[in-house]
Amino acid sequence: MTRQEIRQAVADILSDIAPDEDISDLKDDVSFREQMELDSMDFLDIVMELRRRYNVSVPEADYPALASMNSTVDYLEPLMANL
Amino acid sequence: MYDTLIIGAGMSGLSAGCRLAHYGQKVCILEKHSLVGGLNSFYRLNGRNHDVGLHAVTNFVPRGGKRGPMNRMLRQLRLTWDELGLIPQLGSRIDFPGIALRFTNDFAYFESEVRRHFPREVDGLRKLTEALVDYNDMGSYPVDVSARRVVGEYLRDPLLVEMIFCPLMYYGSARPGDMDFNQFSIMFRSIFLEGFARPWAGVRPLLKVLLKHYQDAGGELRLKTGVRRIRTGPDGVANGVELEDGTTLEAKNVVSSAGQRETLKLCGMENPADTNPGELGFVETISVLDRQPRQLGHDATIVFFNNSPTFDYRRPEHPCDLRSGVICSPNNFNYERPLDEGMVRITTLANYDYWSTLSPSDYQLAKLRWYDEITATAARYIPDFRSSVIDSDMFTPKTVFRFTGHENGAIYGAPRKNYAGTTPYKNLYICGTDQGMVGIIGAIISGITIANRYLLRAG
Repeated sequence: MTRQEIRQAVADILSDIAPDEDISDLKDDVSFREQMELDSMDFLDIVMELRRRYNVSVPEADYPALASMNSTVDYLEPLMANL
Repeated sequence: MYDTLIIGAGMSGLSAGCRLAHYGQKVCILEKHSLVGGLNSFYRLNGRNHDVGLHAVTNFVPRGGKRGPMNRMLRQLRLTWDELGLIPQLGSRIDFPGIALRFTNDFAYFESEVRRHFPREVDGLRKLTEALVDYNDMGSYPVDVSARRVVGEYLRDPLLVEMIFCPLMYYGSARPGDMDFNQFSIMFRSIFLEGFARPWAGVRPLLKVLLKHYQDAGGELRLKTGVRRIRTGPDGVANGVELEDGTTLEAKNVVSSAGQRETLKLCGMENPADTNPGELGFVETISVLDRQPRQLGHDATIVFFNNSPTFDYRRPEHPCDLRSGVICSPNNFNYERPLDEGMVRITTLANYDYWSTLSPSDYQLAKLRWYDEITATAARYIPDFRSSVIDSDMFTPKTVFRFTGHENGAIYGAPRKNYAGTTPYKNLYICGTDQGMVGIIGAIISGITIANRYLLRAG
């Protein structure tokens, strides 16, 4: 997957988790927590959706990498490049 | 072999099932009744739909909010705010002799009421709200701290204290006389800081949404399927269940919403240590009216009444305790179109032993007698609606026992909550009322929490 495709995959997960949220307004350099008030249960959900949809495992120690869209795509790029 | 078997298709069992099925588990919910919903089920009588338990959904927050249990529930179950169809209340009141405190879903309004009637307590009320246990800290805060003691540190006027405890206890306390401060915090937030709402058609559409999500995700539901026992091995592991018809089902994990004590009894424990059954039973009358309550001058959503300066929340000696109660009118929410018929529901405390030991004919007579007593009592607090009644029903602690299986018909379950949701068996978990959250959204959060915490982490 390209960076753009990975970004779209993450955005799809976010809009499934928060269907009332307008994801197109999301700023890629600002944290999800700040913009969407996601809590720890939601971050766990993003991780589980990544595993369910793309079989990508994110170990707990790496959760901080999922803070914003930019950092998430940076983190996922090597893991999803061959999908 | 199932990944997870869930006992009970109430709100908590269904929501746990939604989460597990969504993440690909092979999951089956076992429900002994022919309908889903548990305590929050529904029934049909004389051509009308009635809800069993629902007065109002607590924890309501308006559209656009992001915090609190309701928003957490929406995200975890992938629901939109609109899908719930919740309509906010018009306004409720706590009615004590000579004084009534009104409240809405706007806490500032309640504060202004407290300022008007208890001007010296406003500061204390604010400090109390700041001292409440956060939802996320339930389980780390000790479970047996007396709410009366904590509240007493902030509020001096005993009448205000009683008035605040009244709705919180009626809508969620499994303990007589006092609450543990976790439970007080949950209830205070869900009622005063968040608020009341109701779907136009009652509990049915909420159950329908949950059931659809569950089944779309591949979850299996077996109705009229009672569990006779939970099969456990000598190694402290639950292997599955044995159904009432003798069939056995195997599972890697079992989640039970049957209640803490009731679940351990299903495992074969005669009198599980450290568990006491709840003892608080309730009756509820339902009166269908030939007009809207507002046409009689009644526009309050819920009235919590008490006839003396102290509020005595305990198992009554008498069949019903008419000194206090809750009057709910499902019509008095801010709907775009009114409900088809007027309705008044009244709850009071009741004595399970009395109701459960009557002969069938005496039971019917007692229901008629107490229906009259209860509606006459309510007519002291709201306009007298009795000449407009066209149909009625009543349920008792015996009915609650039948729907929930809770010993003593205790709607709110055991007095001591198990926030962790664990049991002596390492793959058997408790969700629902006895895990500590109450109300519809609370029950749903309970199912989600147990599924996330124990069943979705590994692998």
